[in-house]
Amino acid sequence: MISRRRRTKAGSATRKIWLPIVAIGFLLAAHALAVEPSERLANPALEARARAISAGLRCLVCQNESIDDSQAGLAHDIRMLVRRRLSAGDTDAQTIQAVVARYGDFVLLKPPVEPATYLLWFGPAALLGIGLAGIAVWLRRRPATVEAATPLNQMERERLDKLMNEGQG
Amino acid sequence: MRRALYLLPLLLFLVVVGYFALSLRPGYDPQVLPSVMIDKEAPPFDLATLQGSGTVSLDALKGHPVVINFFASWCVPCRIEHPLLMRLAQQDHVPLYGIAYKDPAADASRLLGRLGDPYRGVGLDLDGRVGLDFGVYGVPETYVIDATGHIRKRFVGPLTEAVVDHELLPLLRQLGRS
Repeated sequence: MISRRRRTKAGSATRKIWLPIVAIGFLLAAHALAVEPSERLANPALEARARAISAGLRCLVCQNESIDDSQAGLAHDIRMLVRRRLSAGDTDAQTIQAVVARYGDFVLLKPPVEPATYLLWFGPAALLGIGLAGIAVWLRRRPATVEAATPLNQMERERLDKLMNEGQG
Repeated sequence: MRRALYLLPLLLFLVVVGYFALSLRPGYDPQVLPSVMIDKEAPPFDLATLQGSGTVSLDALKGHPVVINFFASWCVPCRIEHPLLMRLAQQDHVPLYGIAYKDPAADASRLLGRLGDPYRGVGLDLDGRVGLDFGVYGVPETYVIDATGHIRKRFVGPLTEAVVDHELLPLLRQLGRS
């Protein structure tokens, strides 16, 4: 009896360990990258740079996925363009510029900081600042001490007593 | 001053409504990207023709404005715009050139054999590299290129009669005059 209980306990503990591992496995599978083995460069350093660049480039067909994640044909083409450029000896910046020259800033998942995007980059911080300033002003204007409460007069006290007693009765 | 502050939420609301109205206006497609290639030199290309002999190249097309249409037999919207391309070629005598994007020659030939061939020449862009150079992100796309080889206009998606009559043809007339 005792040994049986022990075994069940051990069994459930194993399951408890396996469950998250399987769950994590599924998560990783869902995030499997679209880069195909045939696309990879033989040079691991170049390939790593290509992957890093690809992660920051938007797939223009799906529009909310990076080309590193997307299975679209166009994403494949741009991945190959990035690798051709890197293999030819271009720097990361030159490679990214080559893609931007064709598709515009929109292809960058992280938009550049320039006058046209100031609102985008600094807007949230500005809104937060305005909000904090508003709270500061409000706190400052609020009277520091709460006025002392005026004591109840005779009539009010009687009425209160009556109400209290009603509740009890 | 105090009173005016109460109007602030209403004002913010109107701004938001304004943005929504802008995005909901008829004919607006948030997926359409502005081309960064406008008024830039078209990327050079030299493609084998569908007919098998010679090539279609940008250099050979320079000298007069041309319209270049990226299409594919596997592309459904291309079939929608196809009758319009036939009209452009036959009635409006537009110098229309096709680039078969990632389309085997046999398939492109079969399409043009069945529906008619509006193109003065068709280049084969089998691996899509010329499309990539142009910044094509889907077919069909149509480019107007002037006599000096600069891209003047890009149309994403199938052409419509309104676009042809109000944008494409007037632009070509203007380019032809200058």
